[in-house]
This record gives sequence, C-alpha cells and structure tokens, in this order.
Amino acid sequence: MKGFEAFRVAFDALRGNRLRSLLTMLGIIIGIAAVIVVVSIGAGARDQIESQVEGLGSNLVLVVPGQLDTANPGQGAAAASPLQVSDGRVLGDVVGDDAAVTARISSAAEVRAGSRESYVTVQGSDQNLPYVFTRPVAEGEFFTQGDVDTRQRVAVLGSVTSQVLFAGADPVGRQITLAGTRFRVVGVLAEQGESFGVSQDNEVHIPITTAQRLFGIDRVDAFAVKAPSAADVPALSRGLRQALREEYPDQEFSAVTQTQILGVIGDILGLLTAVLASIAGISLLVGGVGVSNIMLVSVRERTKEIGLRKALGARQRDVLTQFLVEAVLLTSVGGVIGIVVGVGGSLLVNGLSPLPAKVEWWSPVVAFVVSAAVGIFFGVFPARRAGRLDPVVALRTD
Amino acid sequence: MTAPAPSGVDGPATSGPAIEAVDVTRSYDLGGTVVDALQGVSFVVEEGEYAAIVGPSGSGKSTLMHLLGCLDRPTSGVLRVGGRDVLELDDSELADLRNREVGFVFQSFQLLPRSTALDNVGLPLLYRGTKRAERRELAEASLRAVGLGHRLTHRPNQMSGGEQQRVAIARALVGRPRILLADEPTGNLDTRNGAEVMRILEELNAEQGVAVVLVTHDDEVAGRARRQVRVRDGRVERDTALEARPAGPAGDAPAGAGPAAAGEPGARHVAGQQA
Repeated sequence: MKGFEAFRVAFDALRGNRLRSLLTMLGIIIGIAAVIVVVSIGAGARDQIESQVEGLGSNLVLVVPGQLDTANPGQGAAAASPLQVSDGRVLGDVVGDDAAVTARISSAAEVRAGSRESYVTVQGSDQNLPYVFTRPVAEGEFFTQGDVDTRQRVAVLGSVTSQVLFAGADPVGRQITLAGTRFRVVGVLAEQGESFGVSQDNEVHIPITTAQRLFGIDRVDAFAVKAPSAADVPALSRGLRQALREEYPDQEFSAVTQTQILGVIGDILGLLTAVLASIAGISLLVGGVGVSNIMLVSVRERTKEIGLRKALGARQRDVLTQFLVEAVLLTSVGGVIGIVVGVGGSLLVNGLSPLPAKVEWWSPVVAFVVSAAVGIFFGVFPARRAGRLDPVVALRTD
Repeated sequence: MTAPAPSGVDGPATSGPAIEAVDVTRSYDLGGTVVDALQGVSFVVEEGEYAAIVGPSGSGKSTLMHLLGCLDRPTSGVLRVGGRDVLELDDSELADLRNREVGFVFQSFQLLPRSTALDNVGLPLLYRGTKRAERRELAEASLRAVGLGHRLTHRPNQMSGGEQQRVAIARALVGRPRILLADEPTGNLDTRNGAEVMRILEELNAEQGVAVVLVTHDDEVAGRARRQVRVRDGRVERDTALEARPAGPAGDAPAGAGPAAAGEPGARHVAGQQA
C-alpha cells in the first residue's frame, strides 16, 4: 500500500469519527498553542529589552563596584560601594574627557507639586548625564556643574513626571517637594519610552551631591562612561578598572558593557523561555498519551476490520502503516490547528496585553515537526499491536 | 477460462492443483493442554472444482478453512496453495499468497461499513498496489458481474443482506483468485437471497473456472456441490463425488427440512480419499 493511499484510508477513518478525533487532537492543539505563545512572548520580551539596552548606546561602559561575573549571572556579589564623586575625575583621565563620565545614585521617593503627587525614581547625577546617556533636554536646562558643586536643590523632571505633576503646564521655575525638601524645577527631559514595562520618564534628576545629603549616603553607586567609539570599549573597560584598582587596592570593579548586558539578558530569557516552554510541552506529552490511548481503543474496536484486511492480503506492515499514519495525521492536523491558535494567541497577547510577543518564523515549523513526531512516538505501540493481530482470531472477534 | 495466475513476485505460475493438503495437522496449545483440531487431513482441490466441506461444529472444518485460506499455518504436513508450500512462506509472503490466490466470502459479509460498494470491492487490489483508477474500473466490472451495477456507490447499510453478500463475492473475485472460499455464505440470508447467492457462485465456478470451496453445515447448500468432504473429529470422514446437478431452478427448493443426522441426500457412494 503506497503512502498516499494510506493517508486516504487514515483520513476516511478519522472523518468517520469526527468528534472523537477532534477531542483527541485537543491535547495536541493546546500543547502546541501553549508552546508557541510562550516562545513568542519570550522572543518579544527579548527583542524589546535588547532594543532598550541598545538604546544605551554601544559605546557606553558602566563601572560598578564588585566582581560581576557576566558569564554566570547571580554568581558574583555586588560589594558595598567605595566609590566617591571625586573618582569621576580619575575615570575622566582614563577616557581623556571629563565630560564623558557621569556619576549616579538611585533611590525612590514621593514627589509633590501643589495637590498633585507621585512616587518616582530619584536619580542623583551630574551635569554630564544628558551627553553620556544621550538624553536631550526638552524644556529649560539641565543642572550645571555649579549646581552639583554647591548642592543646589534643583530638579530636572522626566516627561511623564512633568505631565503628572503639572498636567501640561510649563514646570520650569516651579517648586516641587521631594522627600520633604523643596526643589526648583529647572528643566524637563525629552521622552525616552518604557523599559520592562516601566516608564523611564517617570523620574526626577537632581545633583548627586544633593541626593547624597537628601538620602544620607556618601557613596556613588556607579559611573557611566561614554567611550569615543564602540571599538574603544574593550580597552577602555580594562583601563577604567585598572585605574580604580590603583585607587582602591582591596576592591574589585566591573566594567559592564552593552554587549555583556545583552548576552546576560539573552541567556536569562532563553533559559526562562525554555523552562516555560517545557512546562507547556508537558501538555503536549499528555496529548500524546491521549492519542496512544485512543489509538489502542480504535485498534480494539476495529479488530474485525483488521482481520478482514489481513484476510484480503494486507501485510503486517500495511496494517501498521495504516494505524501509524492515522496517529500521525491526528497529531499533525492537531499541530496545524495548534499553530493557528498559537500564532493567533500570540498576536492577541501582543495587541491586547502589555506583554510583547513576537512569532519567530521557526516556531511553527518546529511545532509541526514535533506534533508529527509525537504521532509517530505514541502511535507506534498501538499500530504494532494492530499489525501483529492474528487474522483468524481477529475475524472471530465480535 | 481459468483464473490467470498473476506473474511477478509470486514466482512461476504453476498449473498443479489449486490446493494440495498432505497429512496436515493443526494443534493448539491452550495453556498446557494441546488440542488437535486437525489430525492428518489429506485432500486435493483441483482447478475449477466445486466442493463443499461439511461437518458438525467442532469438527475442525473452520480450522481447515483457515488453513486453506492461508490465514493460518499447519502444525505439520504439507499444504500447497497455488503451488506454494505454505510452511515455507513468511508472514508477508503468506499475505501476498492470500491476496492473489484466495477469495473469501464470509457468513457475516464482513464489509467495511463506511465504505462504498466500489471501495469495498477494490480493497484486495489496494494491497496489491493497483492504482486507484484501475481499482475502480475492476471493482465496477466485478460488481456488474454479480448484478450490482446499480449499487456502486451505496454503502452496506443501504443494501439488503443478499446485496451485501453479492458485494462480498465481487470483492472475493476482483483479484481473479484461483480459489474462492465461502464460509456459510447463505447462513445470514433468507431462502430467496441464499439461493441467489448460490446461483452466482455456481455461475462464477462454471464460467470463470474459479475453484469454489464451501464450508457449511446446511445440507441443502452442500448438496449443490459436485463433491462433499465430510470432516469429523479433525479427520476427513468421507470424500464423496456427487453427480453434477444442472444449475436449474434452485430458488424454491425447501430448505433442508430435517436434521438428517447421518445420511444426507446425494451421498451415494464413497470415493477414495483423494481424487
């Protein structure tokens, strides 16, 4: 019996039992659809994060205290920071441009303007931030070196914070209260967008010296350094760490680049996606067991038919092929439906929920191959049983 | 016209007897107890013969039919079907031999319920690798030969029992086998339909030269054959050649009236064990 004929016979058999075929497929449909949606969300999240990290610029180096092992995230420990604002000058000497270095500490606080209030990220930084992070000022001015040196209580708002506190009115020159202290707004940054579903525009920038006093700390969390070009990044990273080690002989420092962050994020998301897809894949396995079960029932029900086919000249191989093709047809049709549902579901998630989802071209292909493989794997046992039936016994069965 | 032996994979066509059984035994091992269903059966079915195997239930006639139909292999002895020694064939070759040499007609018709008459009849050809168009063509010709040219696309549940059995006969003959094995072919039919089925079998035997072997306990049916092989307790008890009956008005004969314990009409002389 040729392959095509086997497909025709199998198709007729499945069509003759429509409801049962559909219910059997359901396990495969759900499994395949779930895996595709999970993989799509993983891919969408990775893409979004990557584009945001890339937004940092490929020539940005973050200098942080402690040994961060980017190859094994979670292994290294961030040490208590020994960094001081004055270290910015040391780093500036390494890169050859003081303006290419900006210090940073981060905290969070409640901010009020009149009767409006909001909970925001407070970034303590210096006058170099707009240049180093490429964040243009939309209104007013960024604070100056003088403001930093003299601990002025001035603030630059993110675009969202500005909107929340002043509802479209020009905030420059107005007063805000940050953690109980009054600040004068001197500027508003241009819109930046979201990262990880959190707005980067809902923040308030104040001079780092002011922030240190406001939050009662005398350290700097990190420095961001802008390399002249992406090609200078590796050499610059070494130079920066070297310079800081000379400054603090007992301490380790790490220079984190965009490439490293991308690598780490890719690894973490890949692992997370794999774990979630495996969990979804379990339902595929359960679906496969269902197919096996139904095929066994089908073999038993059709014992007489098998006996007849053998009496008419069907070989063991013909009967085996017939039932195997039936199982594969069942799972691959289920797979195709699952792909349609999964792709549709991914598009819905992308459109209707905050989660990003992106259907990779290979995921439907892999899904189809896997569903067919599930059919073969779970179909072989019932099909062999059918093929081995003794025609005399099979014909006698009622 | 004799049934043409198919050429090719089957090896050389032989012109010997259709079936040749020499001292065939078949034992079943039923969990320690060995049951000898057949205890040394020998007989020959020539090409184009019309024979009936009769005997009470438990006599071994079903086992014998399974052996003749290559559904089973003997425990010992020699069984040649279409010139091939059954014991020398593996499962695939045996399936092929069944496909080419034997046509089955069962008491309960055994049609695939969801398939049309055409598809049912074409089934043996499917396992021979015949192309779909040719299958349909041959199946249609075979259905017309049993007078069912108007029932080609009907399904079994749309046909009467007699029609269903005629579809089964068309299926048995579509591959032009040398032997047609009919197991109680009239067992599920009323008298009129039974007679019609018998008439068709006789006609095919006479016109196409296919050897017909009936297995039955209906003396009326058995009496129409030209030879009766009576099986009892796993042995051939009697092998009787009967006078050829004219294929006359069979239909209205009353079905075997009495139980006819031992003496059956027509068994007038006992022939030798083998022809």
